Amino acid sequence: MEMNEHRHPKLVLPEKEAEQNLKRRSRRSFLVGGAAAAAGIGFYKWVTSAADEDGVPWPQRRVLDANGRIAHAYLSDSHLMPTYSPEQVGGVKPNGNIGMEQPLAGDWHMEVTSESMEQPARFTLADIKALPKVEMITKFCCIEGWSGIAHWGGVRFSEFTRQFFKNNAPVPPYVYMATADEDYYVGLDRKSALHPQTLLAYEQDGKPLEERRGAPLRLVIPVKYGIKNIKRIGLIKYMNDKPGDYWAEEGYDWFAGL
Amino acid sequence: MQTLKLKHLIGTRWFHWINFPLLFIMIWSGLLIYWAFPTYSLGPLHFFPDWFYNAFHMKQRLAEAMALHFFFMWLFVINGILYVAYTIISGEWRLLVPQSTSVFRDAWYVVLHDLRLRKDLPSQEKYNAAQQIAYTAIIIMGAGSLLTGLAIYKPAQLNWLAALFGGYQMARWFHFVLTVLYVLFFALHVWQVILAGWNNFRSMVSGWEVVHGNERTPAS
Repeated sequence: MEMNEHRHPKLVLPEKEAEQNLKRRSRRSFLVGGAAAAAGIGFYKWVTSAADEDGVPWPQRRVLDANGRIAHAYLSDSHLMPTYSPEQVGGVKPNGNIGMEQPLAGDWHMEVTSESMEQPARFTLADIKALPKVEMITKFCCIEGWSGIAHWGGVRFSEFTRQFFKNNAPVPPYVYMATADEDYYVGLDRKSALHPQTLLAYEQDGKPLEERRGAPLRLVIPVKYGIKNIKRIGLIKYMNDKPGDYWAEEGYDWFAGL
Repeated sequence: MQTLKLKHLIGTRWFHWINFPLLFIMIWSGLLIYWAFPTYSLGPLHFFPDWFYNAFHMKQRLAEAMALHFFFMWLFVINGILYVAYTIISGEWRLLVPQSTSVFRDAWYVVLHDLRLRKDLPSQEKYNAAQQIAYTAIIIMGAGSLLTGLAIYKPAQLNWLAALFGGYQMARWFHFVLTVLYVLFFALHVWQVILAGWNNFRSMVSGWEVVHGNERTPAS
């Protein structure tokens, strides 16, 4: 008790003086408090109504990007999305079909390029399937809040990239992937793209991908929200500058990492 | 003669009042995020009925809400950590954290007293036993919100943390339940502040209160 007394001093004053003393303190405190409240409201107004940067007031966009940089620094090939057994599979909704409104054309192929390349390279599904196949049962998290477990089969994007950049040529820091018409597109940092759980998937539940699931080839990137798991890939570009991203331009976090 | 006493230290007051709008913003943006996957019910009580979202224009605001949540989380967490550090360094924690196991019995007596079922109150220092439990629990809840929040924010990078709470969806559930508890805490807290009256409320702003009771001199 003694120890607490000195922090809570007492004043014993004649009644009138006590009243004045208290009034003086209260007036000052309520004025300071009022000014602080006004400053707080002003700060909130500024944070929420400053000029937009990709659908978000710029102070918030800067913080989202800073959060992304921290998450990117912490991101590691050894930090994995949990894996499951086949009987736990379920709950992944197909959701968006932007860039897939037209039925899949028979002559699907994918163009892949890097900024230093003159001509894009062309890949067919057979080319992709020629690479070592990986199967993976991982959690899939939608930015809406739901999650499911899905069984994927495909090729590690890190393996694809290693084969694409022959002779250990340096891989640019970003990857852009889009549907052939570029109606839907995602931007990825190299570290996430080359994460061991990032696949170019052509199978789900041991069967070729269904059309609404992104046939014939989609990205599965469990270290990102579902919005980055682009379906029906038509174009891949390795880039030096941060690529655009469909949902980031609608006000979402560009990094969108899990 | 009258006795004035510094009841609440300046740090306690600032951290408290800064926390109030920050917690409000976190709950508000959290609700806007929750709208996109509103899955929880308690018996027939669904969180939340459609009219609730309509009344406060809460629909289709996921991107805006996530940006807000992940902006203000920093201020909420920093303010919370500073408050805890301040409380430890100042020594004020000794008045807040229950010092003996009799706190639960005493808190029960306080509740009975408040419900007018018991006449006398157990002896106390600055805070009664019920307050000690509440004000200590709210800090543990804050830590819980931070940890469950991190678990649902980065379920791959921090998969061990999500696993600790029983997985991603369980962590999300705990995060939601803690929010409901904040709202209940807030309702009870405000009710108690109203009951305690002006002298008490003023002391949370200016720090000082008039000491009544035994210390009052006959002249007053």
